[in-house]
Amino acid sequence: MEQLYQRDVYGKTIVELGKKDKNIIVFDADLSGSTRTALFAKEFPDRFFNFGIAEQNMMATAAGLASCGKTVFVSTFAMFASARALDQVRNSICYNNLNVKIVATHSGVTVGEDGASHQALEDVNFMRAIPNMKVIIPCDGAETKNAVIAAYENDGPFYVRLGRAKVNTLSEKKDFVFGKGYQMCEGKDLAIIACGVMVEEAIIAASVLKEKGISVSVYNVHTIKPIDSELIINIAKKYGKILVCEEHQVTGGLYSAVAEILANKYPVFIEHIGVEDKFGQSGLPKELMECYGLSSSCIAKKAEQISRR
Amino acid sequence: MEKKLKHLKSKANEVRKLIVEMLARAGSGHPGGSLSSADIITCLYLEIMRHNPKEPKWPDRDKFHLSKGHCCPALYAVLAVCGYFSKEKLWTLRKLNSMLQGHPDKRVPGIELASGSLGQGLSIALGMALGAKIDKKDSRIYCLMGDGELQEGNIWEAAMAAAHYKADNLCGIVDCNHFQIDGRTEDVMNIEPLVNKWEAFGWHVVSCDGHNLEGLLNAFSEAKTIKLKPTVIIAHTVKGKGVSFMEHVVDFHGRVPTEKEREIAIRELSEIEKTECETE
Repeated sequence: MEQLYQRDVYGKTIVELGKKDKNIIVFDADLSGSTRTALFAKEFPDRFFNFGIAEQNMMATAAGLASCGKTVFVSTFAMFASARALDQVRNSICYNNLNVKIVATHSGVTVGEDGASHQALEDVNFMRAIPNMKVIIPCDGAETKNAVIAAYENDGPFYVRLGRAKVNTLSEKKDFVFGKGYQMCEGKDLAIIACGVMVEEAIIAASVLKEKGISVSVYNVHTIKPIDSELIINIAKKYGKILVCEEHQVTGGLYSAVAEILANKYPVFIEHIGVEDKFGQSGLPKELMECYGLSSSCIAKKAEQISRR
Repeated sequence: MEKKLKHLKSKANEVRKLIVEMLARAGSGHPGGSLSSADIITCLYLEIMRHNPKEPKWPDRDKFHLSKGHCCPALYAVLAVCGYFSKEKLWTLRKLNSMLQGHPDKRVPGIELASGSLGQGLSIALGMALGAKIDKKDSRIYCLMGDGELQEGNIWEAAMAAAHYKADNLCGIVDCNHFQIDGRTEDVMNIEPLVNKWEAFGWHVVSCDGHNLEGLLNAFSEAKTIKLKPTVIIAHTVKGKGVSFMEHVVDFHGRVPTEKEREIAIRELSEIEKTECETE
């Protein structure tokens, strides 16, 4: 299976877009090597601006530049893109509904050894709450390309959340439609709804459960906002039991988004896999996924319990 | 020149009357800083900036961004005086569904972008300045900040970046009225020495009396000649300028005049009109 860094795909995709559209400008805050905006900087030095370690200024400047008819891709780590500059994102970018596309890397506990201060686990919650903001969490390299193109093609602010580590390619290009989730494997006992790195964990869990005679559907809901409510209601009607998996605090992310729809439209049993009101810590990504209850084995265990309900 | 200055003075005085009237009718808002910035904004829109009220989005326009968004009554009044919208609209300030929100919103013709959360405006103006450079336009970008606002760290991030990117099409103005909500700026959180700070950040600095119209016009002219670095005008002003009982009074940062106070204020401003603005 092909393994890719989502950020490599991001860097290459903005270079491709930049060749076609001279109104694309890219900003970074001293992390261009890590976020891979350096690829764009090398190709188009006049359209790349490094703002140093000053994310608040970067976000508000992006708003000013976008108001001149530019599409501004802004990158840094998810922690700083969300929490550090949140007021600027809300008041300067989103309130003015500008074409600023925030592509944040190094999200979640899979950042690994850098530890809690660098593991953004609340960013989806923050971003999802702001009017005009759209949020996509691609599961792999291929989907990253689609997400970045969707952010470019659709008006207004976007938050695209990427990880740090290499990930297996799971999706096919044709699968991705902005705002629409889709099924990745079919089962009949219960449904798992996942996003980002949790999609692969869920698929592994489903194959483990299959051997035990438990049949699980896995849905990839990459667009957290606007959420695909039609699909989610249909899943609820079909399965009656749902497990939502995300590499994020249980509060305010995908689980909340799913629960908000179903509580109102079609209440069913919804269980969650996510970080439960805790900070992360240093460790290997794999160890951390296990430690915080996010791994495929944790998913399989919970899914099995739910299937017996 | 004398005639031009009297005309400007008269317009600034009209702006002050509109500010007082508008805030009295709204029942809430910020008179002190609106009055201290009235001369600065009037000079910009009536003499300095290239803009067209009939075509607010004219691509080659100069741009103004009010970073100290709470002083929007001054900007709304100037925009109405210029003809961006009718003066009657001013009486809808802070009312439900009005385009004249308590802090600026970009739905208002003539307003580029929203502001209100302090400290972000200089960054926004820098983005506009970079946009003009990228598009090889000779537009100039003006950004009005408060002195208290300079306590926000974001301002200094923007100051550093504007000098780094040699944004000589960017002109910042600090409305130095020496007061903020909790009291005198030097008591709440001292921001001096301001000239040294801006110079150390790589800016060209001009200091002037923010109510001397000739001095302001000269400062803006000087800013246009400075190349390879941004300019900041430190405009020394009086909070509540033009209304005797509001001048230097911190309470009028965020309290509007009562009906009686409104009457006195309008009478005082009419007196200024008669004695200082009328040409023989």
